[in-house]
Amino acid sequence: MEKLLSAPRKMWRRFKFRRKNRSLAMDIVLVVLLGGVGFVSIWPLLYIVNAAFKPISEIFLFPPRLFVQNPTMNNFFDLSVIIADLNVIFSRYVFNTVVITLLGTGGTVLIGSMAAFPLAKYKFPGSKLMSNIIVYSLMFNGTVTAIPNYIIMTKLHLVNSYWAVILPVIGGTFGLYLMQNFIVQVPDELIEASKIDGMSEYSIFFKIIMPLSKPAWITLIILSFQSFWGNTGGTFLYSERLKPVSYMLSQVVSGGIARTGAASAVTLVMMLVPIVVFVISQSNVLETMATSGLKG
Amino acid sequence: MCLLEFMKKEKKKRMTLQEAWRLHQQKYILMLPFIVLFIVFTLVPVLISIGLSFTSFNLFETPQFVGFSNYINLIAFDSVFLTAIKNTLLFAIVTGPVSYLLCFVLAWLINELPPKARAVMTLVFYAPSISGGAYMIWKLIFSSDAYGYANAMLMEMGLIQEPILWFQTKEYIMPILILVQLWLSIGVSFLAFIAGLQNVDKTLYEAGQMDGVKNRWQELWYITLPQMKPQLMFGAVMQITNSLSVSGISLDLVGFPSVDYAGHTILTHLHDYGNLRLEMGYACAIATLLFFIMIFINIIVQKLLRKVA
Repeated sequence: MEKLLSAPRKMWRRFKFRRKNRSLAMDIVLVVLLGGVGFVSIWPLLYIVNAAFKPISEIFLFPPRLFVQNPTMNNFFDLSVIIADLNVIFSRYVFNTVVITLLGTGGTVLIGSMAAFPLAKYKFPGSKLMSNIIVYSLMFNGTVTAIPNYIIMTKLHLVNSYWAVILPVIGGTFGLYLMQNFIVQVPDELIEASKIDGMSEYSIFFKIIMPLSKPAWITLIILSFQSFWGNTGGTFLYSERLKPVSYMLSQVVSGGIARTGAASAVTLVMMLVPIVVFVISQSNVLETMATSGLKG
Repeated sequence: MCLLEFMKKEKKKRMTLQEAWRLHQQKYILMLPFIVLFIVFTLVPVLISIGLSFTSFNLFETPQFVGFSNYINLIAFDSVFLTAIKNTLLFAIVTGPVSYLLCFVLAWLINELPPKARAVMTLVFYAPSISGGAYMIWKLIFSSDAYGYANAMLMEMGLIQEPILWFQTKEYIMPILILVQLWLSIGVSFLAFIAGLQNVDKTLYEAGQMDGVKNRWQELWYITLPQMKPQLMFGAVMQITNSLSVSGISLDLVGFPSVDYAGHTILTHLHDYGNLRLEMGYACAIATLLFFIMIFINIIVQKLLRKVA
């Protein structure tokens, strides 16, 4: 009991004495502010979790209530019945999603970082031009490029394959631009020293650059995973056997009012995986602070 | 004589290219996979789209070259487009800087918390972005009947007698969209700032304390901000592109077309011509104009940021 009571005090002490130049008043303001904004932010999450366990009578209750009164698993049973009824076996959808998400996220991080390293750390013929094109191409809207993109896909015979979903994202500049802005901070002295030690650019990339920009690529993994996970394949995947889970689940949702219960279960299921990935990855970002002492 | 000189120059140029390759071979090889994919799937489609903006193209017949007439129509004769520009700029001027500051301040404040609490709060703030279409919840809040949360609350407090038609009243549309966007905007930049803060060398803070950094504001100004310059730049570019390319929340919440075009943005205009009317040439012209507006604003913002930092 004594130990239990002393734990928060110890935590508080560590928090308070972490740095000497902190005022208590500001600490309080900080907690209040974070709490306030946090309350507004967490709302939809609470709503989705609660809705998934609501019986039909509560889903259509007016005025709507945020918290569920009589939690039930019925929505999940409904969902499992729909899934069992599918023409294509459910695990096939899962397989498609896993392949697309893994290849896509891995490719985005690796290929983007590989290109970001020379652009961030060296000046060579074409580097300035390339950097500019990359920033500016972030600004062209995807709606109108969809049609040229589709034509190119058809010409390359990539339509209706995983690559049609994966390659355009890897060829997009977002991941590279994110990595570039972190790799810039790797100290030049480290790179110079490794060169003197006879390391090639490739081993510098894998042994120096990547370990030191861990927070960056973990962040990129989170963002990339999330977007591939939610990707329904759109017009690029037309055969049912290649469609990802998110497509199948969006079909459940669009099944009309009778499926409202199952749909709210779907929303929760779809959200859980990215949240797990987020929590695991984010705790890694926060852990790296201890090891990033090489900086500066 | 002239030709000889020209050939000499050409030869010299080619030599430098060869030299460049020899000197920087490994760098080019590292970039090669990306460059190939980038050219095929980003650069070429963008160039084709810009090319199409000078044509009349309905997706079924071959594009007809029409010169600048799409642009002339857009700027001189399309009054709805002017409304769209006005709305988009208003929207961007409010949401861009505010959400940028919000992302940074939250990331910075979270960084002060003990590790466990920090991990939890990161998830809490990022929640709106991770839950996909969760912004549809705002439709419930601003539902037009007496059962919508906002109406119910205001009526209970006695501030209004009958429910307000939030999404059908043009005065409310923009403010609601701005509110929803701000709520949604704690996303990419926020995560980048959090990662950036982890990158700041901790010994700098200790050194700062010895050198007489008195409070967290000085620490922020003299140590944290200069150390985070690249992430701040990244965040700025993200905010510019995101705040100027709003369309999804407008289409989903207020519907299309919105009352008196109060929720009409450049991208909903593009959606109108590209997806509904299938006037691709015109849609491409809209995209190209937006592209140049973004580049222009980006140049200004980068200059401002450079002055501050």
